[in-house]
Formats: sequence, C-alpha cells, structure tokens
Amino acid sequence: MSRETVLNLAILAGLLAVALTAHLSGEPFLVTLATKAAILGLAGVGLNLALGYGGLVSFGHAAFFGIGGYAAGILASAAQNYEPLMTWPLELPGTTSMPIIWATAVIAAGLVALPIGALSLRTGGVHFIMITLAFAQMIYYFAISWPAYGGEDGLSIYVRNTLGTLDTMDPLTFFLIVFALLLLVLGLTLMATRSRFGLALAMARQNPLRLTSMGVRPFRVRLTAFVLSAMAVALAGALYADLNRFVSPSMLSWHLSGELIVFVILGGVGRPLGPLIGAALYVLLESQLGQLTEYWQLPLGIILLLVVLFARGGVIGLVTGRNANA
Amino acid sequence: MPDPILKITGVSKSFGALKATNGVTLDLYPGEIHALIGPNGAGKSTLIKQITGEIRQDAGTIAFEGQSIDHLDAADRARIGLARTFQISQIAPDLSALKNVMLAVEARAGRVFRFFRPVSRDLDLTAAAMAFLHDAGLGERATLRAADLSHGERRQLEFAIALAMRPKVFLMDEPMAGLSPDGSKRMTAFLSDLRRTAPILLVEHDMEAVFALADRISVLVYGQVIATGTVAEIRANPEVRTAYLGDEAA
Repeated sequence: MSRETVLNLAILAGLLAVALTAHLSGEPFLVTLATKAAILGLAGVGLNLALGYGGLVSFGHAAFFGIGGYAAGILASAAQNYEPLMTWPLELPGTTSMPIIWATAVIAAGLVALPIGALSLRTGGVHFIMITLAFAQMIYYFAISWPAYGGEDGLSIYVRNTLGTLDTMDPLTFFLIVFALLLLVLGLTLMATRSRFGLALAMARQNPLRLTSMGVRPFRVRLTAFVLSAMAVALAGALYADLNRFVSPSMLSWHLSGELIVFVILGGVGRPLGPLIGAALYVLLESQLGQLTEYWQLPLGIILLLVVLFARGGVIGLVTGRNANA
Repeated sequence: MPDPILKITGVSKSFGALKATNGVTLDLYPGEIHALIGPNGAGKSTLIKQITGEIRQDAGTIAFEGQSIDHLDAADRARIGLARTFQISQIAPDLSALKNVMLAVEARAGRVFRFFRPVSRDLDLTAAAMAFLHDAGLGERATLRAADLSHGERRQLEFAIALAMRPKVFLMDEPMAGLSPDGSKRMTAFLSDLRRTAPILLVEHDMEAVFALADRISVLVYGQVIATGTVAEIRANPEVRTAYLGDEAA
C-alpha cells in the first residue's frame, strides 16, 4: 500500500470517527458539521475530475451544485404541498424519495453540463474560466428572477427527504447516508482515473497535441470528464439541500464555485482525497475561527497563499510527496 | 512500380504575404525513405503539418492510398495510419513511459472510452505496450516517469508511441535533433530497418544521416521543391549545391 493510500484511509476513518464520537457524546451539531464537510468534499471530488485530472479550471461548477439543490427542493416541495410538479404534457407528481431525487439531480446536471461544456471547451485557459463563470451566473440570475420557486428568498423543505424506512432527520443516519455516497463516488472516480479513459484524460491535460496525433480528439475526452464531474457535484448539491432543508440561489453563486476550487487546491489538485481534506479544513476553520471573528476568511486566505506558494500538492502532497498515481 | 502510398499535389499555404509552401508536389512509395531537406524556413515543418492535418492547405490536394484525405482532421488522419514524430518529443511527462505507449495501443484499437477496468491490470494492453518499448530499445526504462528520461530516451519513447500506432506511413520531423554523434548513429541504424515496417517521409538537417538513409531526396527552398532524386543525383545537382548544400557535399 502506498503512503497516499494509507493517508486516504486514515482521512476517511477520521471523518467517520468524528461523526461517531460526536454522536456518542451527544453533540449533534458536530455530526452536522462532519456531514457538511463530507458533502462539500463530495462536490470537491466531483470538481477534481475536471480540474485536477482534466486540467479544466471550471469557475462555474456552482451551477451544477445549485441544479442538484433545486432538483431536491422542487421535487420535495411539490410533494410536501401535494401539488403536481407539472401538468403538461403529462402530469408528474413531486417526490420525497432520495434515490429518485438523486437520479433527477444527476441527470439534470448532466444534461445542462453537456451544452455548457461543448461551448466552453472550444476555448482554453482564461477564456474557459470566464465562460464557465458566465454560464453559471446566467443560471444564478435565472433562479433569482423566477418567482415560482422562491426567487431570491429560496425554497424551504419542511422535512428531510426519505430513504426507505430510515429516520433521515437523525443526524448520524443522515451522515452515514452521505458518507456511503461519498465512498461510492470516490470509488467510481478512482476507477475512472485509472481506466483507459483516465489515461486519455491525463494525456489531454499534459499533451493534447500528442493525444490528437494518436488519433483521439481531446475535446471529446474533456467533455466527458466535464459532464461526469458536473453530475457528481449535482449529487452533492441535492444532499446539501437536504442537510439544510433549504435551497437558495446562493448555492448557484460564483462564491460557491470559488470555494469548490479552494477545496481542491487546499487539499491537493488531482489527489483523490484532496478535496475532502480541503473541505474539512474549510468547515473546521469556518466553525472555529468564525466564533472568534467574522473575518475568518483572512487566515484562510493566508493558508491558501502558503499552500499555493510552498505546497503545490496541497495538504496531501505535503504529507506524501509527489503524485505516484499520475 | 507500385502506386505511391502518399501523394501530395500542388499544396500551398500562405501566412499573410509569406508563402510557406508554394505548389509542393511530392510522393512516398512503399518501402522507401524519402528525405525532405532544405534551409531553415523553407517550409518543411509546414508541409509536415499539412500532411498530418494540423494546418489546412490553401490549395492542392493530399491523397493517402489513392484517396483524398483533405476533408479529414488530424485525429482522423492519425487513425487511418499516418504516424508523426515531433522535433521536440511530445509525451505526457507525468505518466510512465509504459503508460504513454499503452495509451497509443488503446487509441489504435479505438477503445479509449472505457471507464471501469484499471489499465495496470490490463495484461494484454501492458504486454503490447512493453513489446513496442522493447522494439524502440526502452524496455528497461518502462516504469520511469517520462519526465525523468534523458533526451535520447524521450526520442526513443516517441518512436515506441509511433510504432504502437501500427502506422502505414511515418512522418518524422528531425528525429536526429539534439542527439549525440553516437545517438545519431544508433538512430540511423534504427530508421534504416524501420522502412521495412512502413515508408518514412523524413525531414532532417543531419546530412550524413540523410545521405546514409534516403532512397530519394527532395529539396525544398522558399516553399518550392527545386529537385527530387536519388542521393547521387541530388549531390551532383548544381542548383541544389548553390541553394543549400554548399561545399559540404563536395
């Protein structure tokens, strides 16, 4: 087992241990914090597929996080208000079933990511960053100005959605659901990055000219990574809506796109568990420093600066050295 | 004589007022090494890029195995059998030498969009890639990161990748560039054998290598082919001597 694998297992075990001990010592708030870290980490893992493995610096992934959130919010609020989701061309009811909500979130985000990716990936570098940002902002302003689903005020979900007979309102149960999905997405991401596709994606990042001269168009490889990445982020968005029992346009805003990038860079670009440790540090700093000062993002900024200047592999790279899986 | 596998007819490309290639006509027959020489800026690299599809020509046509490939993009042309080696080695620096070649093998098979099985456990893929690394003389360095290879070894990696594509034509842009005299000799021997695998269109500045290897030579000056012939014919051509070879060939 490589050093990074040991560290990765330790990080996952650590997160699980925090949630379990917090639950046993009767601190549900801490369980919720661990859940938040796991959900944001899941979103970061999704972004990492595009940003870390594909070298696609998307500044618009909040769009997919928000689409996941609104998918959960809209389906749940329709069901809770006993209103149909739509009446034309066919009548569709809302639902509070988590698996249906997750599937809807993932598919919707994939369908939106396809044209956004297809257009954005015609550019590169700074232009790609700006175009993804522009698309996300379009969706953000659309959500604000569309009154049917709360507009600027957002949308409340009264009760957490359901998964079989589980009591999803119990903080530990909900944490375990999130944790299981995190493991699932991590496993799929690891598999994809080590597959034939992963090899082509690595080449698309490191030397697109060579990939073309091998007979493979980098565009298709990148677009696939972009769409898969968006789908994972949307799943996190749906979970985040359930965690807070609230969806608002802020889930779609560029601040969130930036935060996702921060998780990836802080933890280690292109490292499987980098985004999780990045998100966990972020949540920790927010909750601890946030009690002392409302300017808690200043020390975060300094830490980020130090990581970018001195630890290019992020926290993971600091502990394990160069990426062995590349 | 058999039909040419690659036939370039009247190909031109202008960048503003500069005519990089100006009505170039050239062909490549099975089993031969056709060297393309000429002074810097004569349009050799532009011509190679036009054949690979990286640059589209303004006029003229390029035919491969008797059919026009003008409508095909670079990826398509690579897939039908045009393998290019670059003047500056183009590899993925963070991947191992082996994985660089494995990708070429899977691209050749048209199986890139497979998401589940890890490549490291794909024994067929690994074995095929190892064989090409051995052919290029890099078998013992397979697990090293490409970035950690020496300049000469990266050249060999380029060739392993090109071999893995099982091409019908090699397009080589200065394969000798930056090699030691010893390395040039080994490369010359390697290329001499390689023509039996597939014919080579060879752009090269190293005249010793060109004269040793080429079955035919074309001389490109200011975007135009001023002469095509055997080594002896080109050496004796007075126009070529004034334009390019100078006293070196005397």
